[in-house]
Amino acid sequence: QDCTFFTRKEILRLHGRYHEMAPNVVPMDYTKDPDVKLPMQLIINMPELKENPFKERIVESFSEDGEGSLSFNDFVDMFSVLSEMAPRELKAIYAFKIYDFNTDNFICKADLEKTLNKLTREELTAEEITLVCEKVIEEADMDGDGKLGFADFENMISKAPDFLRYF
Amino acid sequence: EKEDESEEEDNGRQQNRASRRQNYQRKNRDGKKAREEGSQKKERGKTAPNKDQKVSENKEKKTSKSGKQGENKQKKDRKNSTSSASSNSSDEESLSEEELAMLKEQVEQKKKLISTMRNKPWRMVKKLSVLREAQDFVEKFEGALGKGKGKKLYAYKMMMAKKWVKFKRDFENFKTQCIPWEMKIKEVESHFGSSVASYFIFLRWMYGVNLVLFGLIFGLVIIPEVLMGMPYGSLPRKTVPRAEQATAMDFSVLWDFEGYIKYSALFYGYYNNQRTIGWLKYRLPMAYFMVGISVFGYSLMVVIRSMARNANENTADGDDDNFIFSWKMFTSWDYLIGNPETADNKFASITTSFKESIVDEQESNKDENIHLRRFLRVLANVLIICCLCGSGYLIYFVVKRSQTFSKMQNVGWYERNEVEIVMSLLGMFCPPLFETIAALENYHPRIGLKWQLGRIFALFLGNLYTFLLALMDDVNEKLAEEDVVKNITHWALLGHYNSSAGNDSTVTPPPLDPADVPRGPCWETTVGIEFVRLTVSDILVTYITILVGDFIRACFVRFVNYCWCWDLEAGFPSYAEFDISGNVLGLVFNQGMIWMGSFYAPGLVGINVLRLLTSMYFQCWAVMSSNVPHARVFKASKSNNFYMGLVLLILFLSLLPVAYTIMSLPPSFDCGPFSGKKRMYDVIQETIELDFPLFVAKIFSYVANPGLIIPAILLMVLTIYYLNAVSKAYQRANAELKKKMQMQREEEKNKRNNKASTNPMLQDLEDVLTPSTKTENPPKQPEDKKMESPDGTSPVRKPGRGEVQAGSPMAGGRGAVFTPPSQVFVTQPRTLGVRAPYPGQPRPWAHPLGPVPGRGRGQPCH
Repeated sequence: QDCTFFTRKEILRLHGRYHEMAPNVVPMDYTKDPDVKLPMQLIINMPELKENPFKERIVESFSEDGEGSLSFNDFVDMFSVLSEMAPRELKAIYAFKIYDFNTDNFICKADLEKTLNKLTREELTAEEITLVCEKVIEEADMDGDGKLGFADFENMISKAPDFLRYF
Repeated sequence: EKEDESEEEDNGRQQNRASRRQNYQRKNRDGKKAREEGSQKKERGKTAPNKDQKVSENKEKKTSKSGKQGENKQKKDRKNSTSSASSNSSDEESLSEEELAMLKEQVEQKKKLISTMRNKPWRMVKKLSVLREAQDFVEKFEGALGKGKGKKLYAYKMMMAKKWVKFKRDFENFKTQCIPWEMKIKEVESHFGSSVASYFIFLRWMYGVNLVLFGLIFGLVIIPEVLMGMPYGSLPRKTVPRAEQATAMDFSVLWDFEGYIKYSALFYGYYNNQRTIGWLKYRLPMAYFMVGISVFGYSLMVVIRSMARNANENTADGDDDNFIFSWKMFTSWDYLIGNPETADNKFASITTSFKESIVDEQESNKDENIHLRRFLRVLANVLIICCLCGSGYLIYFVVKRSQTFSKMQNVGWYERNEVEIVMSLLGMFCPPLFETIAALENYHPRIGLKWQLGRIFALFLGNLYTFLLALMDDVNEKLAEEDVVKNITHWALLGHYNSSAGNDSTVTPPPLDPADVPRGPCWETTVGIEFVRLTVSDILVTYITILVGDFIRACFVRFVNYCWCWDLEAGFPSYAEFDISGNVLGLVFNQGMIWMGSFYAPGLVGINVLRLLTSMYFQCWAVMSSNVPHARVFKASKSNNFYMGLVLLILFLSLLPVAYTIMSLPPSFDCGPFSGKKRMYDVIQETIELDFPLFVAKIFSYVANPGLIIPAILLMVLTIYYLNAVSKAYQRANAELKKKMQMQREEEKNKRNNKASTNPMLQDLEDVLTPSTKTENPPKQPEDKKMESPDGTSPVRKPGRGEVQAGSPMAGGRGAVFTPPSQVFVTQPRTLGVRAPYPGQPRPWAHPLGPVPGRGRGQPCH
């Protein structure tokens, strides 16, 4: 319980969910500490994530091997961070990871474009996309290197009014 | 301690996990040092390092290398700076004491680690292992801490503390479970977004408030009256009059709250004016009065408190409009959405909002249609004002008419309920009309919602006040009538009972059957009945609207769609959206009725509690089963305080008529707890005079003196003025600071632009400071541990530590990386002279700029 923002009951319920997704793979008791992982395909079909345009990124960010398969610990971790009790800083760190598509520790233009396309289902024209990306970089980039480092991102996100409510 | 923590938080955001942890421990150590210094004097300098080494070697297996070295280095500094002064003769005892203190602090530190664990962005596996380690450590050494005399006590204390923590946690768990309807609301939220959920949260809040009011009124007024008061039929006021008795049990009569219900404890008239009732000597009239007041007092307090809390939260997020696009990009997706339709809508709305802001950006200055838009807005407002006036007049007209109806005998059902029907119909049809008109204005939906709310509020308010005015007329008429009846009663009693001429009818029970005594109209009960009827009809209309407007429509659209000429789901009727503004206002006004009516009909709150309870379930069901999410899902930002503002306003407005009637109308002579008094508030004076010692009455009379009250009011006004001025000044200062920060940021940006190209070191730093990729991170941690283990964990190497302390350049570099040296010299000048080789060791406690971007990216000095 100290590691997450959940109560004991919630963790148990989470485990129920985890178990539900693959009843034959996941054992019911974790006392023996088995090493079980679920592939990304199963996770992203959960109703909570299904509609999320960034579902692959979310799962990838939380999985230990980077391939998107989650152990139960990662699974709990994911929900803990996404829960509403998690503090802003923690959420910001993971949000940064999620939006950092190519995992180079910067949100560069390519990342922004991907984000935008996912958000709008590619309904904007190329010019609009470049315009928006430029605007974003212009707004949030503090050190002028043409991409957003975590400091930039954190600075930006810490002022966003809806971030905590939505993330 | 506090500083330490906040610093940790500040700092932690920007640092890589691995370095974060090291830093954390190092800092803890620093903080500890600082504290130690305060409490225990200089001997520490000499002994602490050794002790600490030992301790840390034994127990802190996990302390990573640089953290430890930093710590050691610091100690060294400390040693250098203080050893000249300190005597080298530190004896065994102080040593053990110090050891103890050290241990204690380490335990504390571990505990802190445990409590902050959940905030750390580590992998769960690592969290778990660190957690276990820390817990083991705490377990192991907690007991050992109190060696000697205090041991048992200490162990006991620790045990109790542990139990307490466990209890607190259980309690916390219990508390979260006790929040009612959390799951339901979350479910609604996931389908319909946060704006719809905000309504349900508001509903829940309202329910809580009403439960408290219900407890107050039932516990202190109704139940004592039922248990200890005179039973039904003992007094004229508690008996159905002879003329009505035949029909008093008919459903149609009961439905109008006449008959037996009218003469029950649900209404004002039932209560007796006996000063004390029952064996408890319960002062019911007094209690009635005080409860009536405290209902308002409690509601005001709760509303204002939650408004203040909301306001605090609101000021927490700055309203910077520098990041329009970034915010849209990174925070527009609502991670709570789990429903495909909502998601579709959200995608659409995000796209449109992007397009909107692109257009705004492209031609921010051009707005050709501004005249047309202005014209449309003015037109819309004119139309709406016309509607409002019309509805106000309609209600006035209907109320006047109903007064003539009430004088006539055997009027039909429609005539009797005309006012309620007209009001409900207006409430049903005007909001959609307003919505159509508001479409002309083309506001953003959030602003539109506020306008809509404001307009409907005005409509309801107009209706309510017209209703109240008419009711006032009614009451005045009843008062006039009462005088006549009073005389009749008087004479009737005289005729029957010659001896008791001067007495009230209540004091000496008349020989007549209580049902036959002629009695006054009892305007208070009439008012109460009026409010109860209004509430009930409001409930019914709401539920029927939901049932017909939402459910039947949804069924129709769903099932008739198979055999219809056009697509019903996409075309004209389609499914209903959840009408937030209407529902919120319905709730607010309903609450206003309750507040107004609860003084004259104590049972009203009970009805309302039932209503809120059922509407929670019913509306949740209706929303989930037959509504579709809004076409433009928008967030409910801050409008919660807007709701609260409405509630406050309505509370104030409903306080006015009640206060007026209490203060200036004479209560009925033969019903209610205040009968026989000139004014209702006389009950307080009576209590003070009869039940309190004389001097209290004297004090009271002094306090009630206008000469004292007027200065008090003046003082209050002045205080308000002063506080207002102060808060304005703060606001100005705030704005100024914001501007300064903005400028500073710009400056920094420029500076960085120049520097970025010339400073390759910056790139490396970025790599260290930002959270690294998943592939990079996990290996890094073990590596650190490995590096540490040879020299850190084995006790044999103790002498070798000096070397490490003295000068591993790597450690120095690591340490220095995190802190700009210039600040160090400012904040801790004490160490300046002695420790030349390692600048940047202690953290500055308060970074002057807070979380300024690029903090920690200061110029590296190695």
